[in-house]
Formats: sequence, structure tokens, C-alpha cells
Amino acid sequence: MSESFAISVLGDRGSVLGFRAIGLDTHFAETPDEARPILKKLARDSAIIYITENLAAGLKSDIDAYTDRVTPAIITIPGKSGSLGLGMSQLKSAVERAVGANILET
Amino acid sequence: MARLNVNPTRMELTRLKNRVRTARRGHKLLKDKRDELMKQFLDFMRRDRDLRRKTEEALGRFYGSFNVASALMSPEMLEQALLYPKQSAALTMKTRNIMSVNVPVYTFKTRNSDPADIAPYGYAATSGELDDALDALAEIFGDLLELAQIEKAVHLLAGEIEKTRRRVNALEYVMIPQLEETIRYISMKLDENERGNLTRLMKVKDMMLKQAGYGAE
Repeated sequence: MSESFAISVLGDRGSVLGFRAIGLDTHFAETPDEARPILKKLARDSAIIYITENLAAGLKSDIDAYTDRVTPAIITIPGKSGSLGLGMSQLKSAVERAVGANILET
Repeated sequence: MARLNVNPTRMELTRLKNRVRTARRGHKLLKDKRDELMKQFLDFMRRDRDLRRKTEEALGRFYGSFNVASALMSPEMLEQALLYPKQSAALTMKTRNIMSVNVPVYTFKTRNSDPADIAPYGYAATSGELDDALDALAEIFGDLLELAQIEKAVHLLAGEIEKTRRRVNALEYVMIPQLEETIRYISMKLDENERGNLTRLMKVKDMMLKQAGYGAE
């Protein structure tokens, strides 16, 4: 199984614009509500969706729906205002799910 | 522990004994699967954690220079400079099987292979910080891709481990005790019937002896 997929980046204009230069498929949304339909559309034909943390924070339930599917991989990245630590907390919740306790040092 | 609602017959007993044997073997296999999955998971988790730290830091640096660039240039200029990307990326995906969990493996092709030649603009109207920012981003892109791959694997493995753990627990604490309880019940019932039968036979024998006149000696 080997197909060609798009790599998408979803975020506010200021954070995401630079990703266009390295050839990624960029989409702008300033608020989570704006981003929701875009995310749904992107999930159909992207293998990886990078999403900025400030959007991801408001779209938690939408993102969780894709957690157990092979595509797309939705990866949170920090936005231009810096890291909120959301990516790490997602990793922690995966660990809690698997191990039953948080074994990562905080 | 509740026992199953079955008839206490010898056939049922054999059937249950077979079932408990199968359940024990399944339990052992699932437990082994869970342990191996956990080992793999911890490995992936550590890699994910380190990679995430690294890329978040690198992205921070990229945003730093990109912000300076966007402050130095007008928004229209910036937009225009990046409007038509020279570079384009295509991704192909395969899956790898880790303990029956399908994990994606990405391979990535860029149309333009020279990493120094990605700027889609002339250098006259743009600031130097923009070049720096894009260089930095192109550099960390490989890491970003690997991060996506590993993080997806972590989440998929976590889901599978949770499922397997539930199965192991269901077998260990529900299925097997229930079957054992039922087996004990049936064998006790059968033994009881056996004893009842024996006393009855002895009684009948006594009665027959008495009738034949041998009774009072």
C-alpha cells in the first residue's frame, strides 16, 4: 500500500505562512470554529495535518476522533506565540491510556 | 462469583474443561502480547518525547526570525513573496506492522532537491531574516515528519495496549473464575448423584436380602 498524500498545515496566518515556502499545503484559520470544517475536509486526503496549538486547544474532541485511525496523523505544533505545552500533554495522555498511570516526569 | 447457568451433566463438564483450557492459553498469549506492546510503546514514547522537545525548540527559533521578517516587511510584500512556492512536497505512506498494529511509515519527496534553492522570491524586495527563517524551517522539516510518524505510532499503540489490557483482565478476573466455579459446581453435583445412587443400591440390596430370609442372622 503506497499512495501519494498531501501534508497540510492548519493555523493562523502569521504562523503558517512560512510553511508554504517548503512546499506544504497551508490553510488559514484564526479561530477553532473556523478551523473545524477545514480540518474535516483535510482529514479526507491528507496523511499528516500539522495544527497550531491555539487551534488544537479548541478542537480537542474533533482531533480525538482521529486518534485511533491510521490516517490522518494530526500533530500539534507550537504557533508563533510560542509553545503552550499541548503536544507534551497529548503524549502524556497517551501514556496514561497505555500504562494506566503517568510515568513521564513532569 | 456467579456460575454459568448450565445443566450439571458429564458432557457439559467436558465442554467447560475444554473452554477453560482455551481461555488459559488465550490469557497467556494476550499477556505476552501486552508485555511486548508495552516494551515497544515505551521505546516510541521516549523517542517522541525527545523529538518533540527538539522540534518545538527549533520551531521557536524559526518563528523568531519569521516574526522579525514580517515586522520588517509589509504584509502584502510577505504574502506576495510566498504566494507561489517553488518547492512542493509529496508524501507516500506505507504501513509497518508492530505486533499487529499497523503503523504508518512516511517517505517524502520534494520536487526540488537542492535545499538551498527553495526561496520562491527574488532577494531584492525581501529581508534577510526571511531567508534565515525559511532555511531553518527546511532544516527541521525532516524532524517534523519523523515526529508525525512516531507520534501517530504512539497513539495507535496506546489504543491497542488499552484494548489488550482489557481483554487480559476480562479473562483473568471474569471468564476463568466463572468457568472454574461452574466446573466445581458440576463435579460436586455429579459426585452427589453418585453417592445418592450408591446408598440407594445398598438399601435395595438390604431389602432384597431381608426378603429372601437372610436378614436376621
